[in-house]
Amino acid sequence: MGSERRSWRDHPLVQLTLVRYREFYREPEAIFWVFLFPVLLTAGLGIAFRSRPPERTPVALVLRGAEDSALARRLAAADGLKLRLLSDSAAAQALRTGDVALVAAPGGGGIEYRYDPERPDARTARLLVDAAVQRAAGRTDPVATSERPVREAGARYVDFVVPGLLGMNLMGSGIWGIGFAVVDARRKHLLKRLVATPMSRAQYLASFVLSRLTFLILEVLVLLGFAVLAFGVPVRGSLLFLGAICLVSALTFASLGLLIAARPRTVEGVSGLMNVVMLPMWILSGVFFSSARFPDAVQPLIRALPLTAVIDALRATMLRGAGPGQLLPELAVIAIWLVGSFLLAMRLFRWR
Amino acid sequence: MPAAAPLVLRQLRKSYGDVIAVDGLDLDVRPGECFGLLGPNGAGKTTTIEICEGLTAPDSGEVEVLGRRWGRHDRELRELLGISLQETQFSEKLTVGETVGLFRSFYARGSDADRVIDLVQLGEKARARVGQLSGGQRQRLALACALVGDPELLFLDEPTTGLDPQSRRQLWELIERFRAGGRSILLTTHYMDEAERLCDRVAIVDHGRVIAEGTPRELIASLGAEHVLEFAVADGERLDADALAAVPGIGQPSRRDGTWRLQVAELHQAMPALLGELRRQGAQLAELRTHSATLEDVFVTLTGRQLRGE
Repeated sequence: MGSERRSWRDHPLVQLTLVRYREFYREPEAIFWVFLFPVLLTAGLGIAFRSRPPERTPVALVLRGAEDSALARRLAAADGLKLRLLSDSAAAQALRTGDVALVAAPGGGGIEYRYDPERPDARTARLLVDAAVQRAAGRTDPVATSERPVREAGARYVDFVVPGLLGMNLMGSGIWGIGFAVVDARRKHLLKRLVATPMSRAQYLASFVLSRLTFLILEVLVLLGFAVLAFGVPVRGSLLFLGAICLVSALTFASLGLLIAARPRTVEGVSGLMNVVMLPMWILSGVFFSSARFPDAVQPLIRALPLTAVIDALRATMLRGAGPGQLLPELAVIAIWLVGSFLLAMRLFRWR
Repeated sequence: MPAAAPLVLRQLRKSYGDVIAVDGLDLDVRPGECFGLLGPNGAGKTTTIEICEGLTAPDSGEVEVLGRRWGRHDRELRELLGISLQETQFSEKLTVGETVGLFRSFYARGSDADRVIDLVQLGEKARARVGQLSGGQRQRLALACALVGDPELLFLDEPTTGLDPQSRRQLWELIERFRAGGRSILLTTHYMDEAERLCDRVAIVDHGRVIAEGTPRELIASLGAEHVLEFAVADGERLDADALAAVPGIGQPSRRDGTWRLQVAELHQAMPALLGELRRQGAQLAELRTHSATLEDVFVTLTGRQLRGE
């Protein structure tokens, strides 16, 4: 009548992990949010903030007569300016509507600059136009200067944002992926039914962590691969170390997901908790802009957030080629969150 | 070695805050029998069965399952019990086969998943997603998950609640087949026909205690009447209850919502006598029904309430 277990495939941990995979890939929306959305976001941000030649500020010159043509030639040739020759009234109109940042017109025995000093581009235009005007009139610069533009890979916005998106994605898929699945099983009394079998509770929780690790490899490969191929985002540190950071981070956020899902009985309840946990990190942890911009008083708090540590570590490894020795504080923060939230989750977890 | 009693409960108590769910309940389930806990919603049936399943800890009292105790032999007991909870929803994205396979993997010994699926007549649905199953098919899936560990003792909490008559009969046949294998069953239900059909013995539970226990036949016989006779007279007409009670062969009459209810041992003698008495009182008969006494009548007699009354 009875039969013994047959193969590795019948091991409960394998079966439970298979359930995780099946529930994931049979939900097309989840695949979009986990894999496609971060790529689309990277593409969007990369294109929006791509490196472009510096914009030229439009300015208008009101001509008095033929004697101004030398000045007009000088201004037209000046770097960073886009010159329009307009009549007095047309120039005034263009200034009002913001089509030009500054109007240079004859006045007061010389040249009058009309502009809004509140506008940074108008102030820039004022400096550029004035330099051109003075040079046209024969001024020479007493100090020789030279310029060297810096536009290398690793210093662009897309280079900055990809490690941020990677960290955000690790957090989101860990917390969403585990939180909703656990609470849904609790709400449907499936957890209660499962603990009424000889199933090992540790294996049940381990199945979430295991499946997360498999998805993690795909997530990281898809996002990093896209960033490297499409935008030439550099990975200067060791790939192995980068992989290790991703692995430990994924475990940390999986534990945090278990902690968040330890008690709630409804999907609404767990969604609220997830937002409370994740929203501050999206804002504070330096996903889209450096967390150094926040006041010094809150910096210790920001440093203590797991996502800050993860993103800082990823960024330092990818952009500066940092190794484990230089990232000890970040790695310590990640490890503390990993152990702390896992132990707390085990204590608080409600199985029915 | 004689098999240990499948289940022994002594003075079981459990309350949730001010609400006393189980109030000093005693129970013995004998090897190989199907035992039914019959009672209205809120009688404490589910709390009792969940205590037996090791899912809820009692406040006090003794629980012995298959000669073992919760807290000491949990792992062993989980291997030996088959459980179907009242309202489990299995993952809708998994197939029937995957779900039963998952539950099979938890047990060191058990039946082949495909065989159990065939047994509960879901063979054709083995590859279908759980989300596509009907209510009756889902209950059979729950039964398959309870049976796949080849249990010694099966707990079924309201196995047919909310099902259509055909699905209920189908499930009954499956439960009978399991019992025929010599294993024991404890089931809860608020359907008296289910209890009468499936159970060797029944305990009627009300307000967390057992108010009557025995075979369905014994319980019905305890009424002292084989039949129940119900009638109503035309609007506004009053009857002399004392004169009615004096009719030979009729038990104490009771009246509810304008319907009179009599317990009758010998229908062929009581009926003409009753009709004679009604004619004598000049009452006009509006309704007349008789049925063989059921467990429902036992419950009504013991509590004065209907089993399924809200």
